[in-house]
Amino acid sequence: MSKIVLKTENLGISFGGLKAVQNLDLEIREGQLYGLVGPNGAGKTTVFNMITGVYKPTTGKFYLDSENLTGKNQEVINHKGIARTFQNIRLFNNMTVIRNVLVGLHNQPEFKCSMVASIFRLPKFFKTEKAMRERAKEILRIVGLEEERNNLSCNLPYGKQRKLEIARALATNPKLLCLDEPAAGMNPNETADLMNIVRRIRDEYNVTILLIEHDMKFVSGLCDEITVLNFGTVLAQGSPEVALNDPEVIKAYIGG
Amino acid sequence: MEFIETLLNGLSIGSTYAIIALGYTMVYGIAKMLNFAHGDVIMVGGYMIFLSLTSVGNPILGLLAAVLFCVLLGISIEKVAYKPLRGASPLAVLITAIGVSYLLQSTAQIIFGSAPKMVVVADFGNLTVGELTIPYYMLITLGCSVVIMLALSLFVKYTRTGRAMIAVSEDKGAAQLMGINVNAIITITFAIGSGLAAFAGFFMLMKSPSLSNTLGAMPGIKAFTAAVIGGIGSIPGAMVGGILMGVVEAISLTIPAIAPYTDAIEFLVLIVILLFRPSGILGKVRREKV
Amino acid sequence: MAKAFSEIKWKYYLNYVAVAIVTVVFGGLSIAGALPSSTIYLLEKIAISITLAVSLSMVVGFLGELSLGHAGFMCVGAYLGGKVSAVLEPMLARTPAGKEIALIVSLIVGGLVAAVFGIIIGLPALRLKGDYLAIVTLAFGEIVRSIFMNTSADSFGGALGLETPRFDKKYLFIIAFVLVFVCLAVTQNLIRSKHGRAITAIRDNEIAAKATGINVTKYKLAVFTISSLFAGIAGVLYSYSNYTVQSSKFSYNYSIEILVMVVLGGMGSINGSIIAAALITFLDIKLQTVLTGDLAVLQDLVYAAVLIVIVIYNNAPGLKTFREKYNLKNFIAKFKKTKHDPARVHDDEAKWDRVPTKIKMDELLSMDIQPSSAYTPDKASKEDK
Repeated sequence: MSKIVLKTENLGISFGGLKAVQNLDLEIREGQLYGLVGPNGAGKTTVFNMITGVYKPTTGKFYLDSENLTGKNQEVINHKGIARTFQNIRLFNNMTVIRNVLVGLHNQPEFKCSMVASIFRLPKFFKTEKAMRERAKEILRIVGLEEERNNLSCNLPYGKQRKLEIARALATNPKLLCLDEPAAGMNPNETADLMNIVRRIRDEYNVTILLIEHDMKFVSGLCDEITVLNFGTVLAQGSPEVALNDPEVIKAYIGG
Repeated sequence: MEFIETLLNGLSIGSTYAIIALGYTMVYGIAKMLNFAHGDVIMVGGYMIFLSLTSVGNPILGLLAAVLFCVLLGISIEKVAYKPLRGASPLAVLITAIGVSYLLQSTAQIIFGSAPKMVVVADFGNLTVGELTIPYYMLITLGCSVVIMLALSLFVKYTRTGRAMIAVSEDKGAAQLMGINVNAIITITFAIGSGLAAFAGFFMLMKSPSLSNTLGAMPGIKAFTAAVIGGIGSIPGAMVGGILMGVVEAISLTIPAIAPYTDAIEFLVLIVILLFRPSGILGKVRREKV
Repeated sequence: MAKAFSEIKWKYYLNYVAVAIVTVVFGGLSIAGALPSSTIYLLEKIAISITLAVSLSMVVGFLGELSLGHAGFMCVGAYLGGKVSAVLEPMLARTPAGKEIALIVSLIVGGLVAAVFGIIIGLPALRLKGDYLAIVTLAFGEIVRSIFMNTSADSFGGALGLETPRFDKKYLFIIAFVLVFVCLAVTQNLIRSKHGRAITAIRDNEIAAKATGINVTKYKLAVFTISSLFAGIAGVLYSYSNYTVQSSKFSYNYSIEILVMVVLGGMGSINGSIIAAALITFLDIKLQTVLTGDLAVLQDLVYAAVLIVIVIYNNAPGLKTFREKYNLKNFIAKFKKTKHDPARVHDDEAKWDRVPTKIKMDELLSMDIQPSSAYTPDKASKEDK
């Protein structure tokens, strides 16, 4: 079995008296496509917010490649290798598509270029810019946005905005890519397209993917393993077929 | 004894600031804009009092005329300059407000000239209790301010309009969906704020009779600072911030070594408080949903 | 494509060329003694305004934080630089080029000290946002002013103001324009680099910028520091241009004047800031000579009215269709006989200049969900070739 990329131990957070997430234990292995599902308000996005540093967990720890990242801030966690997309799309709206991806490439060691070098327009600046653009185009090609690279990102249709967010996250060269409802608002065609893209990213870029999704067809068609959350606690874990047929899970979704 | 006098002075200055700050904070809470011209409405109120005093001679009538005029002015400023910009970037609204501020100041200068006018509202004399000497104007300022603040708090809490104001400040869109006429609420807010500014103008002229077209500029900035210290958007916050600002000012003015730096000290209080409480003393911390 | 590219390169350096031409032409005239002192005075003030506006536009237009204390940094530069030159000049009276050395040293000292203040004010900027930061910067400016106003007469001149040495007026504005050039180059090169992208990313969406690994702390501090460095330099030039430095000049009203230049020039547009700064300063000084005495106030009145009208025209959501029909671009296009097309696709490089600042709500709402062509691996690999 391949090594564990993300491990959470007893991870939990409470806001005032509300325990939004408690006792979460996850083990995500390298190259996995892992799903996090559950009804609205189950705490899925809160989990993302904890492992990307937006919220500091109140209990427990989480590890990326056995390195404890609990309580680190967002920038550091991103540098260590966790990238994410947002449920309510957060693009840099006033920038072109390609610039959004270029911002994602900002911290890559091969594109290092100091402020001084940029201000004085040293040869390194031009070399770096050119290389960054090449890489950005390559990433845009994966999500099928290469042709749109010079449009303003706010003018893209919804589905393409979601793909651009994925491209931007991918540009930070993550070990673990967290996708928050990537297929939300997409039609069946686009969803199928997105499934291909996600698989292709996993295979070509060798990243592990953790995703939140409500579309069960998407989840069961894509994920190797899932965790079902309800009211901040784990209801079931395992392969999609097993976990989604768990009586507790069916009860949570249908009620009763 | 001297300390009690200083404290009372501070409370009276502070309550004037609080009255101005209420105008800032209510407009900010409801319309989400920084009304830079608010200080200049005070000045306009001052000139109205001056006009009434020279024509009729009754300070109470003068105050009433000033309140009425300022309410109308506030409403028309909102309709003409701010309403078209609803939904535009906050910076655009801020710049427009600055433009309105300049406009009011220069109009006043064209009409009344640049030389300051002496406006003696009335000679109230002093109250002497034992060793204490308290000018009556301080007590009038304090008393009126307390009544105004109480009335405003009760208005916001117990009337339909007041509650609608809270609803609009919480969520404009949702309030509109609940059938609240947001435009009317914004107009009422500007009317109340501008009326309060006229009162503040009256208090300031009682304290010192010199009236010029920049009467409201510095007090306006300080009152805005007070509103931010208290937590902008919060009505009790504006009161607390205003009083704090006034007391700091009064105390600082009595210590010779730091008296010239009084303005700096007041602004320093703001910076220090915001460093520890980034949304002011009573302000709500709003977290952006991720 | 190649033709378009050369066209873009030309546009890219246009503002440098413009500043250089102004410097060379007027500089030449001045050295030849053909410029009246009123023109020289005007040019000095324009150079100072441009430096201030461009440096503030970095904070307001690109980082997206509102600063109402820019005059405070200028104040620091003016007093410190003025003091340094006042001390240095008598000491260097016998050395050749003593005046020039004093000027250079004071520019460096004034700029650097202002930059340190920029870091100090940048620190709360990390914790505060929007209007809260605006009022803190305003407070900072007033504190600085109040401190200099109350200094003793022999340190910084106190209420009477600080006397500063004189520099040959024939050359001072040339130096000022060279510094405009430097300021422009630094700002523009920084903004048109990966660091500039990071800065505008913070403006557009701070949370997303953090999640993308942008070091927000570093960039906010850097922008505040560089911006106040140039404000400080502008302050030193001001002290040389005016012979005396008085604290009353640096009140929040002056900060607002600079802000107005940036906003009228168009947020996030360096060229706009330059044009607005030059135009406003020009009108300001020209009108001062025409409207004297009681008439002077007319200028403020007109200024205020124009300001309100322009901002409402540019920003009112209700005037959107009106704006799209009657605007400068269409007006110019009429002369060129080509219609301006806002949807025209620009090349990568061209977009540097065009950083619009806000998305319109109705555009957001009209975004519909369109099906895209389904992805197939072979199709993509064909495209790769």
